[in-house]
Amino acid sequence: MNEEQTVIDIRDLSVTFHRGRKPVKAVNGVSLSVEAGEVVALLGESGSGKSVTMRSLLRLHPKGTDVTGSMTVSGRDVMGLSTRELGQLRGATVSMVFQEPRLALDPVYTIGQQIEETIMRHEKVSRQAASERALALFQKVRIPSPERRLKNYPHEMSGGMLQRSMIAMALACNPKVLLADEPTTALDATVQIQILLLIRELQKEYGLSVIFVTHDIGVAAEVADRIAVMYAGRIVEEGRVGDIIRDPKHPYTKGLLGARVELAHGRDRLVTIPGSPPDLAAMPPGCAFAPRCGQASDICLRDVPPLKPIGETGNIACIQYA
Amino acid sequence: MLVYALKRLLHVIPVAIGVSIVCFMLIHIAPGDPLAAILPTDASLELQAQMRSFYGLDQPLPLQYALWAWHALRGDLGTSIATGRPVLAEILSASVNSIILAVAATLIGFTFGSILGFIAGVFRGGWIDRIASGLAMLGVSVPHYWLGMVLVIAFSVSLGWLPSMGGGPGGSDGRSFSWDYIQYLILPAVTMSVIPMGIIARTIRSLVADILSQDFVQALAAKGLMTKHVMRHVIRNAAPTAISVMGLQLGYLLGGSILIETVFSWPGTGSLLNGAIFTRDLPILQGTILVLAMFFVFVNLVVDVLQSAIDPRIQRS
Repeated sequence: MNEEQTVIDIRDLSVTFHRGRKPVKAVNGVSLSVEAGEVVALLGESGSGKSVTMRSLLRLHPKGTDVTGSMTVSGRDVMGLSTRELGQLRGATVSMVFQEPRLALDPVYTIGQQIEETIMRHEKVSRQAASERALALFQKVRIPSPERRLKNYPHEMSGGMLQRSMIAMALACNPKVLLADEPTTALDATVQIQILLLIRELQKEYGLSVIFVTHDIGVAAEVADRIAVMYAGRIVEEGRVGDIIRDPKHPYTKGLLGARVELAHGRDRLVTIPGSPPDLAAMPPGCAFAPRCGQASDICLRDVPPLKPIGETGNIACIQYA
Repeated sequence: MLVYALKRLLHVIPVAIGVSIVCFMLIHIAPGDPLAAILPTDASLELQAQMRSFYGLDQPLPLQYALWAWHALRGDLGTSIATGRPVLAEILSASVNSIILAVAATLIGFTFGSILGFIAGVFRGGWIDRIASGLAMLGVSVPHYWLGMVLVIAFSVSLGWLPSMGGGPGGSDGRSFSWDYIQYLILPAVTMSVIPMGIIARTIRSLVADILSQDFVQALAAKGLMTKHVMRHVIRNAAPTAISVMGLQLGYLLGGSILIETVFSWPGTGSLLNGAIFTRDLPILQGTILVLAMFFVFVNLVVDVLQSAIDPRIQRS
């Protein structure tokens, strides 16, 4: 298999919701590509459009949402798929792990039934064969006494165990792409790291391409090969994990790194980014971060800086590096 | 499962004792002499006292209750003052008629209510929802005795399709699975079904809308399930609540059908109660109320057990 093969290719994606009075532009011209076997973290705070970007790959938005741009997942044009073809893509080629496993699993079916259902949806196998595969998956994600656990209902399991089950379900049909929507946010700190390591391990073993959405830069550094930082619906900086952590360029990324709790030990105050993100229904004309940026100039308030290559592999959208 | 059912069954005992005391007291506290209805106005004091001791009415109330409860436990609810027939036989015959009516009404109401509510919930906010919710609202608000009369005017008087009253050609015990009998059931059952239909539709509408807004529905779509399969999950999630609402409605209908049974002269417990109230037939009143209350308790028990069979969260917690 070609190592450099592009599995996910998003070009100029924009997503606009029409739920409230004013249309909300949650994603605004995002381009992102993920190679086979690569893990890309989408990093940003709430409302930055990271989850929306990821869900676009499965077209999981409510009716009446405007999605423009092009998206290709393992050679298939996601925008051009019929409902039936989308159903075949979801869960088979591209699967997803949700933030809150307790809410993302149906409370009145056993975990085993839910995994079997996924397998039988995509492959013509008997229930017997499906339940054997479910058992193997449970062993794979290292759930203790898997036979018994498969017969459990979601309310009978702990958060970490449920997230392991979700991962097992996501891997049930040997997908090429795993979308992880803050899969560790709802978990205890000690469980978080176990789940991260599990995802990393299975990703290597299955050669999965992963988009990992998180607001935690520590988690991103732990799990990702590349990081794309999102702010107000746009990618503002993108590059290899080491480069971003060691030498963040965009003022927003610098702010995120500065705001880590680990740095605020002793009597030091926790450094925060002043201000709050812009209203997505009334975006300012220039750089979305300019109102909060210490180095903003007049031009920042006027023009949106384009995402430009920097260094060998990175991209940045800031006037200082243009 | 079985343990849970048995546990719930034990809960019935104190409820039954409480219910029997309350219905006994209510009737004896109410004013009016039950013997006044059957004795001639010029009956001698001696005859009155004789009758009073024959029916046990000269005993102190607690003793009367204990005697009544003891007999009731052994299946003897006394004899009707008005007709002289055993109360239990009267109630059994009337109950079967009422149960047939209530079950038919609940089935009709549940079927249409579920469909209306489900459609309204899925298309919440749209014009389909407004029509379905409007129908449900109408069902809850319309006075059913009025609706009954309107239906009689339309289908019996004007169109002549269905009989307007009575319990069928064979009298109150002439039940059969034939059109001759069922045609008498249709109008009262439809009239009665309007109330549970409205309530069930409204419950299911909000239930379905709530379930559809939960994360797991999107997660089901994310694993590739098509809409019809997702709907199966929605129905399974809605079922426990829907069944409990249906059970409660059935319970209400079993006892609360005096108006409809009177409008259609349906020979059920409602008609029996109605008659017993006017003749101050104490044994019938007591017995009927007790039996109806026990129906209600029993239906609730069945609903609880059914619910726990469907929703894993109830039985194990």
